[in-house]
Amino acid sequence: MEGNLDYIINVEDMTVAYHMKPVLWDVDLNIPKSVLMAIVGPNGAGKSTLIKAMLDLIKPISGEVSFNGKSYKEYRRHIAYVPQSESVDWDFPTNVLDVVLMGRYGELGWIRRPKKRDKKLALEALEKVGMREYSHRQISQLSGGQQQRVFLARALVQNADIYFMDEPFKGVDAKTEKAIIELLKELKDRGKTLIVVHHDLQTVEEYFDWVVLLNRQIIAAGPVEEVFTEENINKTYRSSLKLARVGD
Amino acid sequence: MNLLELILTDYTLQVVSLGSALLGIVSGVLGSFAVIRKESLLGDAISHAALPGITIAFLLTQTKNTEILLLGALISGLIATLLIFGISNYTRIKFDSALGLILSVFFGAGLVMLTYIQRIPNANQAGLDKFIFGQASTLLLRDVKLIALVGSVLLALVVLFWKEFKIVSFDREFAESLGFNTDRIVLLLSFMIVTSIIIGLQTVGVILMSAMITSPAVAARQWTDKLSVMVILSAVFGAISGIGGTLISSVIPRLPTGPMIVVFISAIVIISLGFAPNRGLVFRYIRNKKNQRNVNREKILINLYELAMKHDKIGHGHHVLTIDPDIGFDKIGRKNLEKQLENFKSKGLADKDYEDKWYITEKGIEYVKKYILEGEM
Amino acid sequence: MSAELEIQLIAIMVAIACSLPGVFLVLRRMAMMSDAITHTILLGIVIAFFITNDLSSPFLIVGAALMGVITVFLIELLNSTKLVSEDSAIGVVFPLLFSLAIIIISKYAGSVHLDTDSVLLGEIGYAPFNRLYIAGRDFGPKSLYSMGIVLLLNLIFIILFFKELKLVTFDPALAAILGFTPTLIHYGLMTMVSVTAVAAFESVGSILVIAFMIGPPISAYLLTDDLKKMIILSGLIGSINGILGYQLAAYLDVSIAGSMALMTGLVFLLIFIFAPKRGLLTVLRRRRIQKEDFAEKSLLFHLLNHEGEADELKESGIGTIAEHLNWKKDYLDKIINRLEENGIIYIEDDTIKLTEKGRIYTIESYEEIMYET
Repeated sequence: MEGNLDYIINVEDMTVAYHMKPVLWDVDLNIPKSVLMAIVGPNGAGKSTLIKAMLDLIKPISGEVSFNGKSYKEYRRHIAYVPQSESVDWDFPTNVLDVVLMGRYGELGWIRRPKKRDKKLALEALEKVGMREYSHRQISQLSGGQQQRVFLARALVQNADIYFMDEPFKGVDAKTEKAIIELLKELKDRGKTLIVVHHDLQTVEEYFDWVVLLNRQIIAAGPVEEVFTEENINKTYRSSLKLARVGD
Repeated sequence: MNLLELILTDYTLQVVSLGSALLGIVSGVLGSFAVIRKESLLGDAISHAALPGITIAFLLTQTKNTEILLLGALISGLIATLLIFGISNYTRIKFDSALGLILSVFFGAGLVMLTYIQRIPNANQAGLDKFIFGQASTLLLRDVKLIALVGSVLLALVVLFWKEFKIVSFDREFAESLGFNTDRIVLLLSFMIVTSIIIGLQTVGVILMSAMITSPAVAARQWTDKLSVMVILSAVFGAISGIGGTLISSVIPRLPTGPMIVVFISAIVIISLGFAPNRGLVFRYIRNKKNQRNVNREKILINLYELAMKHDKIGHGHHVLTIDPDIGFDKIGRKNLEKQLENFKSKGLADKDYEDKWYITEKGIEYVKKYILEGEM
Repeated sequence: MSAELEIQLIAIMVAIACSLPGVFLVLRRMAMMSDAITHTILLGIVIAFFITNDLSSPFLIVGAALMGVITVFLIELLNSTKLVSEDSAIGVVFPLLFSLAIIIISKYAGSVHLDTDSVLLGEIGYAPFNRLYIAGRDFGPKSLYSMGIVLLLNLIFIILFFKELKLVTFDPALAAILGFTPTLIHYGLMTMVSVTAVAAFESVGSILVIAFMIGPPISAYLLTDDLKKMIILSGLIGSINGILGYQLAAYLDVSIAGSMALMTGLVFLLIFIFAPKRGLLTVLRRRRIQKEDFAEKSLLFHLLNHEGEADELKESGIGTIAEHLNWKKDYLDKIINRLEENGIIYIEDDTIKLTEKGRIYTIESYEEIMYET
């Protein structure tokens, strides 16, 4: 185990395959503490798969992930996840506050119900994302930007150290995008680590300080100013990969 | 042979078999479209929804004339279809809930009327409930003629509108962009699927009719990726199960025809899922095994090379599964892979570390650069 | 207690017991699982009967409930091969299992007193005749007790695991990440569906179980946006359906189960049409308003686009604009009239023009559409 204390997440030799076809191949990735990191790459590069495998939602066929030297299960309490907003049914009969409260469930464990304190935390989180006055709004009445803010508030109440986000700017208006990135930067300044699947190459330099270029393999990873080069981007978005060519 | 003799001499059996076979063909063809459009369960809902139509037709006309009863069934089946689509289009209620609601409510209404008819003096309702479980043995020649007539019209329409049905089944939006009036085509197709369900009620009954729509098409789908072949195969499977189920139930006493047809077609589904070339599970298993055991020397070396290029120092070991994820899944494949790696080791191209993880040597890198990558350029 | 009262009490219990898992089936888009399970439990009963040779054995219930869960498992197994879509998987599995049950019953009809009709249709009217006697004392109909127990179990399950069921239904990925095993909760729910179906179908038949599991929850779904209220409303609506259905059946002297299912449909129909926020009438009105609003805006954007250009008279002329927008004349006139009344546009030299207020409004709504989703 090459546990490096400067790194909060270590991914080692991770290979993921769907139906025997490798989607991620030998991913080694070290993510330092308190960075705001983007994962970029073309469609089908395995961006979502990478965070899902890190979160134990998909079983990799080999490799391991450690958080601060601990396994995912041991570290689960300190990890928050913001899925793509279209992954849930917004017609579900519930209100904004209730969705945010779901972020507290992990700490509550089985059977125990949210208490006053949880509610207070949820309202504070809603305040942070500018949605306090919407707390009793039905979720079916939210716009795309508001949905994303609610999910963000839900992640905030998890009071995590590491945040995983799958395309948080998708279907979001410009104002919300700005508000979200401000919030992410604030979290980073407070020592949190944020890992964001991102598809807009234009804004990488403006928003993030760390970047991973991914196309089934890690093409490059590191500080944005060093790694986010023309050459690396071309390499990432070039379609043919040796593995694909030889393997198929 | 007893069975053969029976087929050749027993007039009733001939009629019933013919009817079941025709039914299998028609539901096989139209079921293909239902399955592709992911509306298999619509058949289940519609067949249940036919019951009140049958009873109302009887109440109004006081006849047990099959044509009239089935006309009633057709009308209530169509109303049910419109309601299902209406509910799921105009509210946030999802399609599956709309199906379940209409299925149970219409069937319940049918039961109410069936029991109501029983209370009317002189109304001889006996035989109406045969539609619930189906009674193939009561098929008369005129019933079979009806199935043949309606079936021919349906099949002719399928041939006539083949292109349109095909395109709306695969990609409705694309069809719309080409200027097809998709609403009308879908409506016609739904109308035809409903009709094919209705003509089968007498033979297999309300509850099992959905299997006649779904199963032949699901079985046929496994053998081909072409819609035309699928439709024909589905018709053949439908016909075979119709005849097969009828014959078996006529030979063995106290064996109901409808359920026997369903068991027959289910057997075809299971065989198809297992043994169809390409898609079948057995075939897939064998192919995977082959892939997983077939060691490609060059590929392994290139993978080792690629893996090494990502690390700063030579000698960063990798797990066998990482070196070739295709092969590592299988025990024998893994052994073959390890054998090949040992072979590389003996030639000095690769080596393994204390954790049994493999890496490529300097010599190996030179070899790949010189003989493999050069050759490709 | 009179037989009438007993029947209605049983019906209320069945309705509430069914609506509890029903709410989650509907929200999880698994409503048709109730159709599959209510049919296949028959095979479970038949097989258990052949093992125990006793129609009153409790193993019949265990076997039936087990078969319900096996059905779910088989459907998911078939679906997981990716050879068959989910709806087709249901359509293949349940008719087969049901057919096997029917074949076994018909083949051994002499020795089994299982009536296929009563399985589907049930006869709650007979429930009061099957009574529980302890030491010679009459404690009321047996199904009152079996349904009572199931209702209690369902209530306990829903109350204890309300939070977990809600989370798994709304966002299974988050549930998995937080350490709540979605598969476990899923099969827990499916077991609840099976047990409820087994207990209920003896008295009401499988069709009414489906109606009670789906009808009241979707009726409630159109009335409320709160999960707890949806559950309570479902139970309430189900009970009303049961009572009204019984009254109708008693009045017409027809099938009680059928009449309750029919009533479920009628009550749903009323709510479907008249529900205040999500009913058909409201939805149609809202869609019309949206369409007109959209038409208004497209007209305004068109005017803004061609404002001051050489072809303004042609593009925005009173007589020619309908052609350019490809709209019906009287629909267009209606919209123009309204915009004119509101002071957004005016007509000058046969050309429609934006007023100052109209221009600001148009630009504002353009930006709203472009930058706000």
